[in-house]
Amino acid sequence: MALTLKHLFAVIMLSGAFSLVSAMLFVVMDAVDVAFTEAAVGAGVSTVLMLATMALTVRVQKETKKPILLPLVVVCLVGVLLIYGTLDMPNFGAFDSPAQAHLGSTYLNITYKDMGIPNVVTGILASYRGYDTLGETVVVLTAGLGVILLLSGLKGRKDKE
Amino acid sequence: MKHHLILKVITKFMVGVIVLFGLYVQFHGDYSPGGGFQAGVIIAAAFILYGIVMGLENVQKVMPIWFAQKAAALGVLVYALTGVFSIIFGFEFLNYHAISPEHPKHGQHYGIILVELGVGITVTFVMIAIYYSFAGRTPRLDDKEW
Repeated sequence: MALTLKHLFAVIMLSGAFSLVSAMLFVVMDAVDVAFTEAAVGAGVSTVLMLATMALTVRVQKETKKPILLPLVVVCLVGVLLIYGTLDMPNFGAFDSPAQAHLGSTYLNITYKDMGIPNVVTGILASYRGYDTLGETVVVLTAGLGVILLLSGLKGRKDKE
Repeated sequence: MKHHLILKVITKFMVGVIVLFGLYVQFHGDYSPGGGFQAGVIIAAAFILYGIVMGLENVQKVMPIWFAQKAAALGVLVYALTGVFSIIFGFEFLNYHAISPEHPKHGQHYGIILVELGVGITVTFVMIAIYYSFAGRTPRLDDKEW
């Protein structure tokens, strides 16, 4: 349905709903931390930012005369390739999948002994992989700085002139 | 949104609950799902909700622009200083054993809480600052346009 919609408000709302549904998928797959993030960022904050962007620009998509056949073929082809790629993946929850067999089980065994906290995800993120998380935090700050510089800077210059 | 009485009443109630839940996710992150990033986004969502319903001026009375922009850097500082703290006491960067050398587990616990707090502060205020940047440029919309 989102393909034929021209009203951007409806498209943004649909993408927010899609985020919420994929958050539920993450809950079903026991990745609750990811589900939190998806629900709050994907469905919440980014929907608001998209609405703000739409309020700055236009509300209805422009009519185009370009043929849609080629993009449709490309999208279908990529979709088929992705589905073909999933055929080689281990079954959902398989105990001998690479994710469970190698490093994952090591962390599951040593995290509680090392730290005494039950949430292995937090243990890995904040302690074993502390450097990475510091880098990620800096990335978030840099992204924020970029947006502030791009969007607030112009306003200041206009005021000076 | 001048006349949306129900939205305003519900928002006033919900903002407190959302912030409380964010704090729970933040400080209970080592026992239950969650952590600094999730908590930061949830708390920021509370402020953004308040901003949408009550208007940008009102939320900026509670959380001024300059504060959000400066506090975003504070979180990274908290994180990095936790690491520097370890160096000062003769351990590796971000080795939390330095915080409590006799009880390494306690040290890990405190260290994780500290760095998660740093992540939470940065994410909260970066999200709020990004929202301010977008919303501050938005021309005011009439309700009819939606």
